[in-house]
Amino acid sequence: MEEVRLMKGNEVIAEAAIRCGADAYFGYPITPQSEVMETLMERQPWLSTGMVVVQAESEVAAINMIYGGAGCGKKVITSSSSPGVSLMSEGMSYIAGAELPCVIVNVSRGGPGLGTIQPSQADYFQACKGGAHGDFKLIVLAPASVQEMHDFVFDAFELAFKYHNPVMILSDGVIGQMMEKVILADQHPRLTDEEIAERYGSWALTGKPASRSRNVITSLDLDPYEQEKFNQKLVAKYKEVEANEVRYEEYLTEDADYLIVAFGSSARICKKSVELAREQGHKVGLLRPITLFPFPTQRIAELAGQVKGILVAELNAGQMVEDVRLSVEGKVPVAHYGRMGGAVYSPDEVTDALIEKIINRK
Amino acid sequence: MKEELIIAGFGGQGVLSTGKILAYSGVMQDYEVSWLPSYGPEMRGGTANVTVVVSDTPVSSPIVQMYDTAIILNQQSMDKFEARVKPGGVLIYDTNGITHHPTRKDIEIYTIDATAEAARQGNARIFNMLILGGYLKVRPVVTMENVYKGLKKSLPERAWKTLPANEAAIIRGGEIIRKVE
Repeated sequence: MEEVRLMKGNEVIAEAAIRCGADAYFGYPITPQSEVMETLMERQPWLSTGMVVVQAESEVAAINMIYGGAGCGKKVITSSSSPGVSLMSEGMSYIAGAELPCVIVNVSRGGPGLGTIQPSQADYFQACKGGAHGDFKLIVLAPASVQEMHDFVFDAFELAFKYHNPVMILSDGVIGQMMEKVILADQHPRLTDEEIAERYGSWALTGKPASRSRNVITSLDLDPYEQEKFNQKLVAKYKEVEANEVRYEEYLTEDADYLIVAFGSSARICKKSVELAREQGHKVGLLRPITLFPFPTQRIAELAGQVKGILVAELNAGQMVEDVRLSVEGKVPVAHYGRMGGAVYSPDEVTDALIEKIINRK
Repeated sequence: MKEELIIAGFGGQGVLSTGKILAYSGVMQDYEVSWLPSYGPEMRGGTANVTVVVSDTPVSSPIVQMYDTAIILNQQSMDKFEARVKPGGVLIYDTNGITHHPTRKDIEIYTIDATAEAARQGNARIFNMLILGGYLKVRPVVTMENVYKGLKKSLPERAWKTLPANEAAIIRGGEIIRKVE
């Protein structure tokens, strides 16, 4: 049965983790995402599904618990906010290097450093360009509603297990703290070791039976040529992800003369900016990348052949705008509009920026 | 129908929960809703506000620059939000603690002496339901039936015994709100 509730984005992450049959959550509290663990502790899923919830002693410990859980073939999830995610970044590199599945939620806030606790999208580079040492990528999903906070937990686990790769849900304080209507999925059972092996291959450390050779999980290879082979394997995997998993949403792009590109909470604000611009007689559309890696490069390139200019609106100093420019390849002007430090633009601010920087551009 | 509303005051006045009850009432009426709180240092320092959007179409931006209605419950919020009511919009405030009263002529202004009424009844906890009742009298965006359903939905079961008192306060709020001419 469909169940409609009014919930915060953070609460929904917790609820979705339980309902999708996750085996464990490891985390450490930080504003603006503390409700994730608070909700889990209140729900006590260890009594119902057997899901483990642990408040670790630090983010470093939490991500390494994730590493261990993932190595055992378990569905494991963690969440944090920007400074906490930085602490986890070494672990993410190891997990990517060991080709293990996990889900990491970043309800991001303003930075650098401790920054502020207000919403920000300043972690785009960190999420999409590796974010730690070594040639690796996270698959990155950017929810723009409370419903997507729910749905993307399910999607993220699917992607993580399909590609044996960490997946990040890159959210922010707006989506995490906001309440909206949400339809919760039914409870999915947790998978057994055998079911995991059947669906996703036998790679996990579940105790070696006589029937298979031993599984080795490591991110270390001292032979440079073997390591290079592994790097090439990763490159090929990311190419496959780029070929198969690009997701985006378009709003009023069909007849658009101008385009706004925005993700996550910013895309919600920009939807209204599009409406305000259209009230003033400008044909404006919105493209919202849902996956930030893989990025909707091809679709933006196509739209660059249709529109006269593009504004990239993001709550940072200009990060995704680089990927948009790479997609557009100079065909039309691309400008950036941003607010930083936890300040959030209003819809009319973005419309004004679009008119000033793109439509009335000299 | 679309109502973009801010409720702003001190932490502890029930600002966030009033917004939640209204949002849940909107859900009961099958409207789309968003509820976005201030969760920052301002809340820790005392003032709190919440933006609620109730609409019969999907809510695009939960972030609002100009409001249809502002419910103002302290002076700091009056200073910040009086200018952000849309022309023709509504400003509702409790006169308690307000030293600089609103001066705009292009909006409808109402006062509701909810602090005084709650004190008179000897129950400070009904304060925010008086406010909600006053608001719904002026802006009936949801039916009373759905408000009562929303109220019940947003309270934990252990608090359902307070429903009659809260419902009475909502009705009383509608009686004590006054238009400033």
